[in-house]
Amino acid sequence: MEFLGEFLTYPFARRAIIAGLLLSVSAALLGVNLVLKRFSMLGDGLSHVSFGAAAVGLACGAAPLQFSIPIVIVAAFLLLRLKQNSKINGDAATAIVSSSALAVGITVASLTTGMNTDITNYMFGSVLALGKSEVMIAAFCGIIIIAVYILFYQKIFTVTFDEDFASVTGVKARLYNSINAIMTALIVVIGMRIMGALLISSIITFPALSSMRICKHYKCTVIVAAVVSVISFVTGILLSFTFDIPAGAAVVLTNLAIFLILSFVGRIKKI
Amino acid sequence: MSLITVKNLSSFYEGKKVYENLNFTVQEGDYLCILGENGSGKTTLMKTVLGFDIKHSGTIKFNGFSNREIGWLPQRTQHQIDFPASVLEVVMSGFAGSGFFGAGYKKMQKQQAIGNMKLLNIESIAEKSFGELSGGQQQKVLLCRALCAAKKVILLDEPVTSLDESAAEEMYDIIKKLNDNGMTIIMISHDVTHAVNGSKHILKLSDNDFFFGTKEEYQKFIAGDI
Repeated sequence: MEFLGEFLTYPFARRAIIAGLLLSVSAALLGVNLVLKRFSMLGDGLSHVSFGAAAVGLACGAAPLQFSIPIVIVAAFLLLRLKQNSKINGDAATAIVSSSALAVGITVASLTTGMNTDITNYMFGSVLALGKSEVMIAAFCGIIIIAVYILFYQKIFTVTFDEDFASVTGVKARLYNSINAIMTALIVVIGMRIMGALLISSIITFPALSSMRICKHYKCTVIVAAVVSVISFVTGILLSFTFDIPAGAAVVLTNLAIFLILSFVGRIKKI
Repeated sequence: MSLITVKNLSSFYEGKKVYENLNFTVQEGDYLCILGENGSGKTTLMKTVLGFDIKHSGTIKFNGFSNREIGWLPQRTQHQIDFPASVLEVVMSGFAGSGFFGAGYKKMQKQQAIGNMKLLNIESIAEKSFGELSGGQQQKVLLCRALCAAKKVILLDEPVTSLDESAAEEMYDIIKKLNDNGMTIIMISHDVTHAVNGSKHILKLSDNDFFFGTKEEYQKFIAGDI
């Protein structure tokens, strides 16, 4: 505890913790729906697009976050549309879009600024990289996402469980899918600063998958996912600080450990 | 009193006309069975009536309710099989269309859901996980959700597909019971013998043609056919 106290005296650490906690909870909430809709790879695809956009933004001298957000939102819509259009395989499309965007980012970066610290920070994440304005954006988005999720909880459940039925009873399923896409895009862009483009999608899918090992009810799944996400984040940040390893990697490894433990618990419960 | 009146309805699927000039009515308390081979347009007709984005001409009139208040029992989808949701959560989602926000449900809706669960004899499994139920039980849960969404009419899409014989039997008994209680039933089926037995009216779709009449008329029509 003493260690935690000392850790929190650093302003950058407090900032990272606040922004990270809000992002972790909102990523976990969205993750439950993405995983259940068989669309876990959306986060991964978007993170690469986000990296590409950030690299181009840096090269143009624009603020990378503000530059990436609209591009990633457009990409989210496109990928969701491809998923709905059964003629094109959504999985394959995601793979193509994500590697192309990454390639554009790396090419632009090499030609202009070179692969400097800024670029590597976007790729692997950095707690130190988070500025005050970015924390404000992260906190704002986190709060909005959590509030929307709670206010429209039943409708979101109904759309996730059965989209066609939801539409027939008058729930605007397409609107909810669009909101979901926008929120996922925001999480990916903002979370990329802390977690890194290569690892951000794991905080979306891991908590949901861990939670589904032991939960049989939807409400339980959502709550446990949020708790798992918070625990992984705090533990990951502490590990990162103690052992001087990147925060993103530490958070993902904690998530992996929790996933393995809960899988084991789930197995035992079944027997 | 007729609840649904369909006049000169033609629907299109991928630019092709699936059926044309369809005329039929659904009376209050009716039990209409829609028959037809695969590809005859049963699903397109169902989706047109439910208000999906299907290109069509002609009119569908709803008397005293809207198509959003039809309780729909769709076919089960693959992703629902391991979906973490309790029976109660699934049943309650029948009310999701009401109200702007949806943080929770009203007390009255919960009571109605419990009433419907008792009617279908599934109140004892309210807390069970939907994914762990047998096919027959899952189907009853989805029917219960449809009842929560229904004002006057329920529309069932192949309700006994992939059920074993006893579960199918039970499903037909439940549907008959609901009809006896005053619920109007529209059922799509290709299980001709069973489906026809319980119904009052038959709509049969076939290539470029259709039959609509009472069960007795249908049986005469079939006999004449042979």
